[in-house]
Amino acid sequence: MLSPGSGNTVIKSKLISRRMFLITAAKAVVMVGLVGRLISLQINQATKYKSLSDKNRFREWKLAPERGAIKDYFNKEIASSEPLYQVHLVPENAKDLDNLFVRLKAILNITDKRVSYLKRLIKKQKPWEPVIVSENLAWSDFSRINLFLHELEGVEPIVSVARTYPDNSSAHILGYVSQISAKDLQTKEYLKDLAVPGMAIGKTGLERKLDEQIIGKVGYQRYEVNAFGKRIKEIKIDEGQAGKSFKTTLDYEVQKYTNELLKDKAAAVCVMDVYNGDIVSLVSSPTFEPNEFVHGLDKAYWNSLIKNEKKPLANKALSGLYPPGSTIKTLVALSALENKIIRPLDTFRCKGKIELYGEKFHCWEKDGHGIVNLRKGIQRSCDVYFYEVARKLGVDRLSETAKRFGLGKKVLSDFIEERSGVVPNTKWKKKFIGQNWYLGETLHSGIGQGYFQSTPLQLCLMTAQIANGGFKIKPRIIFDEKNDNLRKYLKHKNENPNEPLPTDLLVSNFDLEPLFKNQEHINLIKDAMFSSSNEPGGTSYRHRLEDPKFTFAGKTGSSQIKRFTEAQREAEVKQESLPYKDRDHALFVAFAPYKNPKYAISVLVEHGGSGGKAAAPIAKKVIKKVLERHELRRSVNNKIGESV
Amino acid sequence: MLQPRSIQSTLGIRDKILSIDYILVFSILILGITSMFAMYSTDGGEFKYHTNSHILRFFVFFGMFFIVSFISIRFWHETSYLIYIGVFILLLGVKYFGLTSSGSKRWLDLYFMNLQPSELMKIGLILFLAKYYHRISIEGVNSFRYLLLPITVLIAPVILVATQPDLGTSILIAAGGIIVAWLAGVRAKFFTISGLALLALLPLAISFLKPYQKSRILTFLNPERDPLGAGYQIIQSKIAIGSGGLFGKGFLNGSQSYLDYLPEKHTDFIFTLFSEEFGFFGSLFILLLYALILSRIIRIGHITRSNFGKLYCYSFATAFFIYVAVNMMMVLGLLPIVGSPLPIMSYGGSSMMAIMFGLGIVMSCKIYKDVPVN
Repeated sequence: MLSPGSGNTVIKSKLISRRMFLITAAKAVVMVGLVGRLISLQINQATKYKSLSDKNRFREWKLAPERGAIKDYFNKEIASSEPLYQVHLVPENAKDLDNLFVRLKAILNITDKRVSYLKRLIKKQKPWEPVIVSENLAWSDFSRINLFLHELEGVEPIVSVARTYPDNSSAHILGYVSQISAKDLQTKEYLKDLAVPGMAIGKTGLERKLDEQIIGKVGYQRYEVNAFGKRIKEIKIDEGQAGKSFKTTLDYEVQKYTNELLKDKAAAVCVMDVYNGDIVSLVSSPTFEPNEFVHGLDKAYWNSLIKNEKKPLANKALSGLYPPGSTIKTLVALSALENKIIRPLDTFRCKGKIELYGEKFHCWEKDGHGIVNLRKGIQRSCDVYFYEVARKLGVDRLSETAKRFGLGKKVLSDFIEERSGVVPNTKWKKKFIGQNWYLGETLHSGIGQGYFQSTPLQLCLMTAQIANGGFKIKPRIIFDEKNDNLRKYLKHKNENPNEPLPTDLLVSNFDLEPLFKNQEHINLIKDAMFSSSNEPGGTSYRHRLEDPKFTFAGKTGSSQIKRFTEAQREAEVKQESLPYKDRDHALFVAFAPYKNPKYAISVLVEHGGSGGKAAAPIAKKVIKKVLERHELRRSVNNKIGESV
Repeated sequence: MLQPRSIQSTLGIRDKILSIDYILVFSILILGITSMFAMYSTDGGEFKYHTNSHILRFFVFFGMFFIVSFISIRFWHETSYLIYIGVFILLLGVKYFGLTSSGSKRWLDLYFMNLQPSELMKIGLILFLAKYYHRISIEGVNSFRYLLLPITVLIAPVILVATQPDLGTSILIAAGGIIVAWLAGVRAKFFTISGLALLALLPLAISFLKPYQKSRILTFLNPERDPLGAGYQIIQSKIAIGSGGLFGKGFLNGSQSYLDYLPEKHTDFIFTLFSEEFGFFGSLFILLLYALILSRIIRIGHITRSNFGKLYCYSFATAFFIYVAVNMMMVLGLLPIVGSPLPIMSYGGSSMMAIMFGLGIVMSCKIYKDVPVN
């Protein structure tokens, strides 16, 4: 080189190369590090990151399944699903929420309160989780939303399904559906995989009992979504499965008719087929509007239900507990006959009252019924006669018979609102009250007062089991074409009238469980009930049906709310003149037609006064209606034997 | 060694073409073509704006690369200071006339393109210092008198860029300058001392950091700190790369980028996209290409005669490596997100221009390897 520093240049270039070597070595290390990192991410942890990537990529939307229908005996849907038009809002898809709400308010006329509620909700949840702007839109509003959709980013019109009921006539027995609550999720195992926002579940009645099967299987839509949560394409759709539909034994027409009869009263009616236990009608009054519960209850409406002293939300037929009053006299008499305490023609003298250890026990007939035997005792509902019978019978034997006929335990299964009532006896009192039984209490029990508590449904079952000749039946509300053994047996017996059928054969051939020792006793009771309804002097004689097709045999009853004072008794105070809250509950049980019993009925009118005046007229109308529809009912399902 | 013929600065065109390093040229070309596929994928499998303009830029600057290559290294040596000063003036221009985008002022509007002078400064500083140290005797390197100018020319642009603010680029510019000084023989002691001084100044520096810069560093230390905010980019990038697995999801099938989970996929995160679609083997392929390019540049540095050429090539190779390594470490979650493009692969005209210009000078070193510079 020409320059004088060429030696220097060479030294310098060696220094540069030496230092470069160091740097290159460092580079190699970093390169190895990078490859190592790639191995770690792309080979060792690939599975983890693949699943994370899929989690990013896919988002699932659950689809609420269609709830199964509930039908009446004639396949009329009494709880069905209808299309529901909703407007949802996915906050993250909306550009300007405030602006959007202003637009929505103009189109849908939603309240300011609702808007501020929605805004709070949006702040609480994830931006891609939809909020429901309108639960239930009219078609006209819904179509208007669709018209403006292009300027409402983030708004999604949704067609869903919701529960609907044709009317409120069966509100209590059907129950209602409403939004899943946090408590439901905790307590109900089957809801674990089902929680779809906005889905309603059964809260009471059949809706609750059948909920698990009727609710169906949740479907889902799987979408590929981008980073902003926008759906890019649908990957998979599983429509889920509509819930199972159920046919019940109810007759919608009778339900409507009965509901109308009971309007404005606090009352309950229960009608049952005496052979297979099919519940034809079960109405509690006043009723409520089940459709109001589906889309979130209006506060004012809820308050009006809660504050109503007639308790519209309670299903009085299942959960109302009332002393059975004189309706129990049928069982007192039966028990006494079965236990050979009395013979049918044994008599007592009724002078209007008896005295026991200084305590007076009054008959409702102040002047007394005179000489009374069993038939007259039931016909006139003579209290003194039954005081005497009960005293001889004792409460323990009475309670055994009452329990056998279905009192004191739940009639149906899986209705949370159903209550079992009380059939008192000496042991019961010792256990629950901790005292010994007094004889006076036996007398009260003999006329169905005191500790006795029963539901209208239990009284109906009791009557049905008397009406069918004393055989145990299992009441049911879900239609089942099997289990009609009793009808088959009776058909068999009618076709072969001369063939004697010992009891054990009944049991083995027809799987029947007789509740009697001697069926003649049952017939005596039935005959006495006939006289009560159809012979002059009978407690419900005024409300009889004379056409033999409809003729019923019944028993009145009234359950005391407040004991009459001696002064009131002397003054012959009438029930009607008492304050509403102090009047007796009116009861009436019956079966019809007398000659060939088909249905049993129980009627309760809270604070209705006497059974003969308040309850029997209702029973009379319902019986007629049910019997008029009997042929129609039998024709629906011909697999079951002809009417007997 | 002292062949009179090679002293001639005027080589025939045939000689020039023959002395091109074809392996380097083809590596660049393959990398460029690969980057086009990646860009095509970021556009969702269509020839849209990014793809078209990337392809155009690549070929334009690839042409420029050849032009720069064929100009004698002596010319580049002579104009080194001028180039630095020119770029510095542009940087000053940014300060006063620059375009502001997402909070920082980095670009100059040149009507036909938006120029980012800070990218050019990466090369300008290396050129300046290579020339500077070329002249200084080995004894003089460590004297205080000769340290003054390098420190000034290094710090001035770094401060200008850092205040744009563009911390990432300013660090990378500084790295380039430091490398030249190191290679020129500045004592390790000096670097240690200034390193410690910087560390001491760190608390002060942190107080000057913008909140988003602080959050980036905190996020790097713990990406799960704010998974939907600042940590989002690192997490999503790792998910994309990791989910690529061995063979990748396939061309145009990178769900992370296709569905916009990946931020900045055209620029800083282009490697992530490629890695997601082509997997471990695809990533390895890119790494090998870069390794090949680097080894060629180092080889050219090795065979070039002048210390200017050596200093330049080695420094450029190292800076180039740092750009690649920083970008990859960033997307692999090994460094905080500082915003540095991947050379040649990333979308961005200025970066492409700077890299191609830098590579052109490397190639000029190769073609004119025996030409002395003074």
